[in-house]
Amino acid sequence: MVNDTSILKVQHLTKRFGDHQVLQDIDFETYPQDVTCIIGASGSGKSTLLRCINLLETPTSGEILFHGASIFAGGFNLNTYRAHVGMVFQSFNLFHNMTVLQNCMAGTQKVMKKSREEAHDLAIKYLTKVGMDPYINAKPAQLSGGQQQRVAIARALAMEPEVLLFDEPTSALDPQMVGEVLEVMRSLALEGLTMIIVTHEMAFAKDVSSRVIFMDQGVIAEDGPPSQIFEAPKNERTKEFLSRFINR
Amino acid sequence: MSTPTTFMQWVIFLLHKYLPFFIQGCEITFILALVGTLFGCLIGLLVGVLRTIPAPGSNANPAVKILYKLLQFVLLAYIEIFRGTPMMVQAMVVYYGSMQVFNLNMSPMFAGFFVVSINTGAYMAETVRGGIDSIAVGQTEAAKAIGMTHWQTMMSVIMPQTIRNILPQIGNNLIINIKDTSVLNVISVTELYFNGKSAAGVYYRYFEVYFLISVLYFIMTFACARLLRWVERKIDGSGYYELVDPLADPTGMLPEKKKTKGALRLW
Repeated sequence: MVNDTSILKVQHLTKRFGDHQVLQDIDFETYPQDVTCIIGASGSGKSTLLRCINLLETPTSGEILFHGASIFAGGFNLNTYRAHVGMVFQSFNLFHNMTVLQNCMAGTQKVMKKSREEAHDLAIKYLTKVGMDPYINAKPAQLSGGQQQRVAIARALAMEPEVLLFDEPTSALDPQMVGEVLEVMRSLALEGLTMIIVTHEMAFAKDVSSRVIFMDQGVIAEDGPPSQIFEAPKNERTKEFLSRFINR
Repeated sequence: MSTPTTFMQWVIFLLHKYLPFFIQGCEITFILALVGTLFGCLIGLLVGVLRTIPAPGSNANPAVKILYKLLQFVLLAYIEIFRGTPMMVQAMVVYYGSMQVFNLNMSPMFAGFFVVSINTGAYMAETVRGGIDSIAVGQTEAAKAIGMTHWQTMMSVIMPQTIRNILPQIGNNLIINIKDTSVLNVISVTELYFNGKSAAGVYYRYFEVYFLISVLYFIMTFACARLLRWVERKIDGSGYYELVDPLADPTGMLPEKKKTKGALRLW
């Protein structure tokens, strides 16, 4: 661990949809520059966990601490918190009514109240980073999936977040485009951006993450460095899950 | 000019005699329809947005919950009542009722504007609600995820897309209003149908006059339909985009101010 103080601390988090227990007693922490990959079968609660972290879903019980402060406390400013915790979605969710540039300026201008020039410079900086700067005048609908996802990453980066959450960022892409998005994410990891990534890309998780969480039926079944999870898994369910992936 | 005998002769005779009078009627009809649709849209947007406010959670303040229920009841009542009664009857009730109950002497024109606006508003409210519901939930989530408030999300992400999507329905309403303002003749608004009725009575030429009137109505509605299609295409913008070479012109990338004028740039 690079730093002792965690950015995010999740404690005893549970989430229930009606009678269905989706998350059970989840505990984990994220430290600066951690790249945490969450893997597991579909329906194991990975995405729900990620969505609970920035409160797109409201947890049933449990605690989430951001720099030690509860995000459920009365005076806590949820919108400021969300501005510090970026999110990249499976289906990109670029704003359809805006151009690429406007997408990347919306948050910095409207939420962080930066000047037009500042917002513009940040947008260009991060669009350049993901290689989408020539497309600033395009509308999302005119771009390929991979390009849209790279713009979505730039939009999140323009907010200069402390943590960036990725919810299966490559699942909606065809194999050719998966590579270009993973390449961007790999370079961000190398630069030390703190990330929590829900993914089915095992090779990427093994390569890039500093830590892997394996989820099964709403609980964290195993948690450790990628070398442990991928080469010497302790849990039977982890072994079973990974063997299915390798044999695919 | 000798007395006309054939259909065409009558048409030309009446046209010659009453065209300015009919054009006056067209103007009134068009202004009523346009202003009524405009205010109707504003009412509809407001009511539609209020109707999509999420219900307060189970642990919310009881006063807030009651207020929410009351608001939703009032909005629903407004929609159901004004959608569920004929505009002609509404015109009578508003015009004569305001005089008798509130001792308010509205001009027929004002009553006309009022009735068309609230009537259109009731329909538009449902259109807007449908338009908002049709925007993918991911758009709202993405806006929330970068920290936008509910209001900011609505104003900069959801409403621009909603308005674009319901534009054909706004066009429908304008066209319906051009035609349906004819019912306002019952409160003596001198719109096109009323003027036609007056002219027809002079020579007892009903077929010829109403034939002319129907042509004038069609010209107005058809022109509006074309105009609205043009606006839609304008809003959708070009199907192409220009690649920008950042090294070629590092200062020229800020979209020019003159292009950002007006709401059309939202798309």
